[in-house]
Amino acid sequence: MDPQLEAFLRQVLVGLSIGCYLALIALGYTMVYGIVELINFAHGDLFTFGFFISLTIWGLFDVPTPLEGAWILALPAIAIVVILLSGGLNVVIERVAYRPLRGASKLAPLITAVGMSFMLEAIFAYIWGANQINYPRFIPTTNFLNDFSRIIRFTPRDILLFGVTIPAMIGLTLFIDRTRLGKAMRAAAQDREAAAMMGINVNRIIAITFFIGGGLAGVAGMVYGLYTGSGRFIMGFEFGLFAFTAAVLGGIGNIRGAVLGAFIIGMVQAMSDLYIGGEWSRVIIFSLLILMLVFRPSGILGSTTSVEKV
Amino acid sequence: MTDTPTQGKAPLLHVEDIHSYYGNIHALHGISLDVFEGEIVTLIGSNGAGKSTTIRTISGIMHPRQGAIYLDGAPIHNLPAHTLVAHGIAQSPEGRRIFPRLSVIDNLQMGAFLRRDKAEIQRDIENVYALFPRLKERHRQFAGTLSGGEQQMLAMGRAMMARPRLLLLDEPSMGLAPVLVDQIFEIIKRINTEQGTTILLVEQNALMALEIAARGYVLQSGSIVLSDTGAALLENDMVRKVYLGEVG
Ligand SMILES: Nc1ncnc2c1ncn2[C@@H]1O[C@H](COP(=O)(O)OP(=O)(O)OP(=O)(O)O)[C@@H](O)[C@H]1O
Ligand SMILES: [Mg+2]
Repeated sequence: MDPQLEAFLRQVLVGLSIGCYLALIALGYTMVYGIVELINFAHGDLFTFGFFISLTIWGLFDVPTPLEGAWILALPAIAIVVILLSGGLNVVIERVAYRPLRGASKLAPLITAVGMSFMLEAIFAYIWGANQINYPRFIPTTNFLNDFSRIIRFTPRDILLFGVTIPAMIGLTLFIDRTRLGKAMRAAAQDREAAAMMGINVNRIIAITFFIGGGLAGVAGMVYGLYTGSGRFIMGFEFGLFAFTAAVLGGIGNIRGAVLGAFIIGMVQAMSDLYIGGEWSRVIIFSLLILMLVFRPSGILGSTTSVEKV
Repeated sequence: MTDTPTQGKAPLLHVEDIHSYYGNIHALHGISLDVFEGEIVTLIGSNGAGKSTTIRTISGIMHPRQGAIYLDGAPIHNLPAHTLVAHGIAQSPEGRRIFPRLSVIDNLQMGAFLRRDKAEIQRDIENVYALFPRLKERHRQFAGTLSGGEQQMLAMGRAMMARPRLLLLDEPSMGLAPVLVDQIFEIIKRINTEQGTTILLVEQNALMALEIAARGYVLQSGSIVLSDTGAALLENDMVRKVYLGEVG
């Protein structure tokens, strides 16, 4: 095969995989923004939390590397525990740090979120250390495409990544579109007071939103560990910024927009790594953010807030 | 002030000397009123009199700084708004407040949020469609794309979906064409007689409101200045001059 084409196709897969984690993080960003209009800067740290807490849970058992036999079943089990713990942590954060500030000026919770992010990162560094931490190589990296190409890689890790993140995105979209609770979430995002008039407990809806957002970010962190094999206490900051950019790109508050934005960012990163040079990727992505904010602040698919709150 | 309590029964809603504030703005200066089971009671008054504030305070969106509100004898003035729906209070608020990016049918379903009787909910939706055929035609459309009058119908239909005992209506005829205004008042009367729903009605259209109401209260600058039966208020000189726009 033409090596140029091979390299391009490889990067397409890389872009999709980056898009997958970013989407899971961006979904939480955008859902929380949709309902409380808070850019939750601590959101990326839930991703880091998922990475570390899953590492700790694996450590409780004597797990063969790579995973084999019945240990494969530990994957979904631990993923569920990670979702519960990260979702729960996010609910606690909302309860102690953001809820008391509801009704205060918008700047107050924003600054609190930045502070919360620093605090979480410091706690992670304290508990799990400040160095790059290795994640056990539970999932093999045999390339299914070996006979076809040695450059384009599709491995069991990709199956794990796509297998977790894509159903999560579809499930969340269906939940929000179709279910009674999902509709109540949208109603509360559109008009909190009117939602209360319907008997919807808005505080509970907000807690559920933080739970889902935190759970998705947490499981993304776990999958990231399994996929890349290492991580660091600070990584949530950068992933959070990328995911925030994705959410703004798609239209903040817009669920499908967050997924679309994440895949665009993933693709831009993968392509700029190949054609321009990895050191420029961030510059390009954040320039995209700035251009978007200047020329189309409501994002590609339109944000939920700019439409009706004018 | 004339008082016309209904034959010694305990009222369904009893509002006692409430004072409500927006920050430092003292909007309600001690409002007291009663609504008895099965009645239509109307609250009239000019712009800024405090009608909507009274409705907001009864429905728990605001809490009075002083005074008390009782539903069936139980105090409700400290309960959060969302819990009052379960006690049987629903409303069509000022400014409609429909969910613009939910479909018409989803808006109606949100009105029935606390109910679990699916078949009955479906029946009530059909019932709302029968009252407002325009909503049926547009049932899949985002509510934000409806005309102002259609949104007003939706707000009212949505409130009915809760099957409330006490329905609070804040200017339900706002923005409707004159023929639809007649129709809305007709519907209010029907909800009251056919479903036995008790109604507290706020209206700019004082004439029509007083015609269908058993009793009315006149609000001025956050205080009740007059209360009587609807018929008596229609004959009242002050009401005729100020609220029915009669000259001389
Ligand atoms: N959000 C608010 N912030 C500050 N003051 C308010 C607010 N809403 C209402 N008020 C004040 O409270 C008083 C009562 O207002 P309210 O909305 O209850 O009047 P209303 O009788 O419903 O009038 P209208 O017929 O125009 O709807 C007015 O003086 C108004 O300026
Ligand atoms: Mg009003």
